[in-house]
Amino acid sequence: MPTLLDKVWIIPAVMAASFLLILFLGKRLGTKATAGIGIAAVSLCLVFSVITAGQWINRVNHPPTGEALASDIRQANGLTPQTPEEIESEINSATKDSGETVGAGDAQPSSESQAATESGAATTSEGGHSSEGSHETVPPVVRTVTWFEIGPIHFEAGTLVDGLTAMMLVTVSIISLLVHIYSTEYLRGDVRYTHYYAFLSLFTASMLFYVMSSNTLQMLVGWELVGLCSFGLIGHWWEDKKNSDAALKAFLTNRVGDMGLIIGVTITFFAAGATSFNVLHINEYALSPGANTTLLLVGALCLFGGVTSKSGQFPLHTWLPDAMAGPTPVSALIHAATMVVAGVYLIARLYAVFFEGLGIGSSSLHYVAFIGGFTTIMGGALAFAQTDLKKVLAYSTISQLGYMVMALGVGAWTAGVFHLFTHAFFKACLFLGAGSVSHACHHTFDMREMGGLRKHMKSTHITFLIATLALAGIAPLAGFWSKDEILAGAQQGQEHAYTLMLVFGLITAFMTAAYMGRAYWMTFWGEYRGHGTPHESPKVITIPLWILAICAVLFGFLNLPAFFNAPSWATTRFEHFVEPTFAFPAVEHPEFTPWLAVVSTILAVAGLAAAYLYYERNKGPHGLTQRNRLAKGGYTFLENKYYLDTLYTDIIAADTKGPLARAAYWFNQNVLDGIIDGASAVTKKVSGVVYHGVDQMVVDGVVNGTGLVSEESGQFLRRMQTGKVQQYAAILFAGVVVLAGVLVFVV
Amino acid sequence: MLINQFLFLGAILFCIGVYGVLVRRNLVLVLMSIELILNAVNINLVAFGAMWHATDPANLSGQVFALFVIAVAAAEVGVGLALVLMIFRNRQSIDADDVDLLKG
Amino acid sequence: MLALLVAQNIAFYVIAALIVFGALRVVTCKNLVHAALWLVLVLAGVAAQYILVAAEFVAITQILVYLGAIVVLFLFGIMLTRAKTGTDTDLDHGSGKKIISGVIGLLLLGIMGYALWDEYRGQEIGNLTVQRTAAVSDSIFSTYLLPFEVISVLLLAALIGAIVLARRD
Repeated sequence: MPTLLDKVWIIPAVMAASFLLILFLGKRLGTKATAGIGIAAVSLCLVFSVITAGQWINRVNHPPTGEALASDIRQANGLTPQTPEEIESEINSATKDSGETVGAGDAQPSSESQAATESGAATTSEGGHSSEGSHETVPPVVRTVTWFEIGPIHFEAGTLVDGLTAMMLVTVSIISLLVHIYSTEYLRGDVRYTHYYAFLSLFTASMLFYVMSSNTLQMLVGWELVGLCSFGLIGHWWEDKKNSDAALKAFLTNRVGDMGLIIGVTITFFAAGATSFNVLHINEYALSPGANTTLLLVGALCLFGGVTSKSGQFPLHTWLPDAMAGPTPVSALIHAATMVVAGVYLIARLYAVFFEGLGIGSSSLHYVAFIGGFTTIMGGALAFAQTDLKKVLAYSTISQLGYMVMALGVGAWTAGVFHLFTHAFFKACLFLGAGSVSHACHHTFDMREMGGLRKHMKSTHITFLIATLALAGIAPLAGFWSKDEILAGAQQGQEHAYTLMLVFGLITAFMTAAYMGRAYWMTFWGEYRGHGTPHESPKVITIPLWILAICAVLFGFLNLPAFFNAPSWATTRFEHFVEPTFAFPAVEHPEFTPWLAVVSTILAVAGLAAAYLYYERNKGPHGLTQRNRLAKGGYTFLENKYYLDTLYTDIIAADTKGPLARAAYWFNQNVLDGIIDGASAVTKKVSGVVYHGVDQMVVDGVVNGTGLVSEESGQFLRRMQTGKVQQYAAILFAGVVVLAGVLVFVV
Repeated sequence: MLINQFLFLGAILFCIGVYGVLVRRNLVLVLMSIELILNAVNINLVAFGAMWHATDPANLSGQVFALFVIAVAAAEVGVGLALVLMIFRNRQSIDADDVDLLKG
Repeated sequence: MLALLVAQNIAFYVIAALIVFGALRVVTCKNLVHAALWLVLVLAGVAAQYILVAAEFVAITQILVYLGAIVVLFLFGIMLTRAKTGTDTDLDHGSGKKIISGVIGLLLLGIMGYALWDEYRGQEIGNLTVQRTAAVSDSIFSTYLLPFEVISVLLLAALIGAIVLARRD
């Protein structure tokens, strides 16, 4: 049967073709055709992605056996010259596993055929069903060609399709399609319409390319390409200095993390035997008993450097709020739903490296989980001090990305990836909603100039409300299920070692609800505070909002926990189809915990209620930040984003010479002199006992002598610094003559 | 032929180049002298390469590295002349002694 | 066989003499454009030496890159910096510096010469066989692929650097 799983490269190729078409013909064809090319290409991608996902589901339901399985495993290992025995034993074990499950499937032919018809009928992403609940080994579909060779090492280029890839393909295509459609209205009459759509196509192509990469080298290429598109789109209105600065900041901050990524890729390559960049090969190495865990730890931490910048983790998150300078649809697509989760995807893809390197399974508290937990709280706190609606959402994104990283850090792989999936939809909905609001309110994002919009913008209001509730984690919307799974993972995961993460998660659950409630009430309730009369946006804008809102309602059920005793075809489908079964560490699956779900829901409702009382009803201690010095200090601290930007630009990046010299001088005057003064006082007393003449002569002699020598030699050396290059060269060559003479004649 | 013929030629060319770098005031001429030095190195590389090639026909390292040196030399002249041009534009002179901001 | 060897040696010494003479003129002559033209002689001579040791591809590259591109670049440099077209006595440092530089150069030559004489005395290059271009390219694109890529990046960086430095703004 011909399957698209072999030929997924077509999907990014379609987008790349669209990019080239728009780039070269866009200006000539006019705006309508430009947008048309983009939308047609993304629609095609979406169809292909859905087919890919469907075929993957089919593959999980009917795992390959015998020769097909053997060849798949051989290809999954890439061109890696592993020993034949290893591959043989791997094939044998996998064949035995799947052979058993196939036998079990044959025992109940009715449900099998039912499952087949249902999966045929269900064309949505993860809507397929299977009769088997167990996890049998289904190797990913890997297709590679040799890119180039250096000596014995083959560098491959290829595609890898498994559940994670299929999920990302569908998510990226859906949101990209909606953003393409939305942008036709949002950017109507823009000066760089062609430029915008070209970059949008290039971005989609690179992101799709990134998620289907079969090796880390290729991932690096995709990673940099999406970074480039991000740069181009943040600076879309570069006439404004602020915007081009934001683009530069995003690019440079990401460079810092990318160094870590490159080093990490190199380390994992050499750790895994310096033969292949193949992701599965590296994962298998990490899981093998002989793996060097120190090397894996260093590799994982370097890779996490890349994650830190791309996925906005502390302390490299500062670029993400500034990235809101770009057009709002771009913020929705790139800086909320897809590109920023590239880092999370990297951890999920190379999970064995992180799992083994950081010792996630051995219940140790480690850097990744901690940074994730810390980022989630920090981002949530910052969201309170923002008056710009988009910046609230940006900090919320940082906070939710921290949630995902934390989930992966505590070993709850499925929970983290599921949150990535659900978050993409409701956060895109929130951003597009914010864009719609700004479209109505004369292009402002300042919440102080909004208010009362629920009367004027019904669709935007309701979709925004749904997405807010989903983000706050109110049952039964999407955010509830994924957030709850993360909390359950933190609570139970790996022998209760991550209780701290649970506390972080619960505090954030409250804060998320509160700041989203604040944004919601400030924007849609009360009296309108801006000028003019706001108006509802046209259908081109509201329909994408509705689609995303519906996704935000429904997609949580894709991973319905087993707790609810739903029929097996509806339980934990996401986990079943997306979680890898090949070259993947043995992660635990947290159980649904009723008390935790109740507590988190109560916290979320309490957060919303607090925001309602404070911002809508004007209850509570208003003006506290003006009256109380502590509260004011805290607010100023938040308003200045913990002074991190000041730290980076004014202290680290700015001319360090002056402040450093001053600091050194201060240190010299106050600390060193203090020490010396103290010491000399002691010395004086001691030396008073000793004969004065010796003391005077020896100590002073040495001190003065040292000073004199440095002074004189300095004066002498100063004369050598003539600034004449050729004199330096003459001295250099004279030195060469002397050294060469020594080497030739003496040694 | 003796290997030393080529090595001596390289050495002489190198030393002439060094003399040129030290004695010329005009920066363009300094760059030309640097080209002499690079060529001296290349003569050595190719001569040694030929010697290796005579014993091991698969070994072409000498030639390959000579090619790399030529590429680097091209890059060096490009950037070097751009620098000279810049200095000329700012100071209306390309005398090496005029560029002495490093004076202590 | 012997006749060939004699011919090779004669060719070598003639070309070597031209190279040394040309190089001396490059570093001593009083006319900038003349210096560039003497440089052409040196570079062409070096290319001829490459052919003498059967390194055809490097010889061709030498002619293409050096004579075709770099010397032209130098002439552009001379023109753009508005050098005097005629004789220019201001090209060199004073005689004191000339003497110091000459001494340094001669000492360097002495040491290198001694080292070479000591190490390679009487050693033959051996049987010269033509080093085929195909073999050179095979070598570049397999064993030395990584350095090759690095060189490409270096050239790109130099290209951008030169543009950034030389443009007016």
